[in-house]
Amino acid sequence: MLELKSIYKNYNPGSVNEMCLFDDFNLTVPDGQFVAVVGSNGSGKTSMLNIICGSIQADRGEVLVNGVNISNERDYQRHRTIGRVYQDPSKGTCPSMNILENMSIADNKGKRYGLQSGVNHKRKDYYRELLKGLGLGLEDKLYTKVGSLSGGQRQAVALLMSTMTPLEFLILDEHTAALDPKTADIIMELTEKIVREKKVTTIMVTHNLRYATEYGDRLLMMHEGSVILDKAGEEKKNMNPEQIMHLFNEISVECGN
Amino acid sequence: MALIVSVLEQGLCYAIMALGMYITYKILDFPDMTVDGGFPFGICLAVVMIRAGVQPILTLPICFTAGCLIGVCTGIIHVVFKVRDLLAGIIMMTGLYSVNLRIAGRANLPMYDYYTIFDNRLMNGIFGSIPVLAKFQSVIILVVITAVVKLILDWYLKTRSGLMLQAVGDNDVLVTSMGVDRGKVRITGLAIANGLVALSGAIYAQQQRYFDVSMGTGTAVIGLASVIIGTALLKKLSFFKVTTSVVIGAIVYKACVAIAIKCGLQSTDLKLITAVLFLVILIITRDRKRKVEA
Repeated sequence: MLELKSIYKNYNPGSVNEMCLFDDFNLTVPDGQFVAVVGSNGSGKTSMLNIICGSIQADRGEVLVNGVNISNERDYQRHRTIGRVYQDPSKGTCPSMNILENMSIADNKGKRYGLQSGVNHKRKDYYRELLKGLGLGLEDKLYTKVGSLSGGQRQAVALLMSTMTPLEFLILDEHTAALDPKTADIIMELTEKIVREKKVTTIMVTHNLRYATEYGDRLLMMHEGSVILDKAGEEKKNMNPEQIMHLFNEISVECGN
Repeated sequence: MALIVSVLEQGLCYAIMALGMYITYKILDFPDMTVDGGFPFGICLAVVMIRAGVQPILTLPICFTAGCLIGVCTGIIHVVFKVRDLLAGIIMMTGLYSVNLRIAGRANLPMYDYYTIFDNRLMNGIFGSIPVLAKFQSVIILVVITAVVKLILDWYLKTRSGLMLQAVGDNDVLVTSMGVDRGKVRITGLAIANGLVALSGAIYAQQQRYFDVSMGTGTAVIGLASVIIGTALLKKLSFFKVTTSVVIGAIVYKACVAIAIKCGLQSTDLKLITAVLFLVILIITRDRKRKVEA
């Protein structure tokens, strides 16, 4: 279970540009839940993910994982049990290495990165199997440099890499935003498959309202640092993109846009 | 012939330093100026040790280890204190100048009367019995040492730790995602690189048989030039491993300098040649890159 308790976050404190994003922000995500998060730019979606992952520090408040406060852990320590896929496909892979080396690095996550051989050739068939599951024909390209793959292929590899080892949370930060609609659909299908297979607690930020309603067990809408819509279960199933769009517009009117 | 032998000797001495700079410059994307202090550090340490009666061969691992410590210092300045990469190197380079003088005790320290890894009873015995090879004694020994170092580096880059090192230069977000402290990986890389640089200094010391405090000036430029020539060559000759082409790059660079001096320039112009040649190489290789992109 993931809990954010009384999170406070100010950007540019002490300057004229001071902006209070989170003012007593709270969120609880039970184990195994797949949460989709929508919201306008600057609503705090990515900041929330960054606070969970330790990429930025909250000014006050606690991040609890299964009741243990991890607020003082460094980002890389938290990532040991967190898989994260970024919007930018190049962030999840090493472009100058081939697929095999990339997968090997991911496969070794959690083990010591010592002087053992970096690539375990006995695992090659397993990697091929995983790549085959993507349905992108990458299983024959183990020795292709990842830098020469397309954005969609890279994102698929990145998704695979971030979920290869046992993990507590999967954090998806607009991971389909940089892809064309068809590739985005493939990646989304794949995400659903992996999340269901691994039963991993997942938080997905997206700007695609259709994905937000179609996928996931719970839907959050954020606005100016707070959750303004929180639907789960049956209630969520009855939501459709138009309703959310309508809500979006209402907020914008309130803001005077 | 004598010129070729001299170029090979010089080039191979610098080749190991260039392998170190390959790690910092190409893998970590860190232009490491520490080298200008680390290379003479290896030289003076080796000279002082040999004068004190230490087995010449032992100076190599000792200098490597000492160099690693220097790399750790540069790494800590950069990673922990968040000093910019270039400045971290300059701070270390400047400090090491005095450290080197301290170790040597004076600005110039010869060791002509001592055995070295090139000139000792065993090697003289082996090469003395085969007169044809006697002329190439130093070159052959250097080839063996460089090959061993290159193979160890090749092996290391394929280990898990080595893959992480390559990953951190490539995409450090991924390293964090793998639950690894990217700062530590960077420090490890700098340690190995500077270890190689000091090792190279120790070998150079035994080839030159003296230490002079000014020997380090321009080392980083020589190393960078070698790496850039090497990686540019690699594009043409892709069957070579990148480490091999860096070694070749170092030799090519020294050959260019030797040719320049042969053409009538004075040995006092050496640093100017070094600098101009580096500039020319930068311009040529960048030009090539642009063509590829277009």
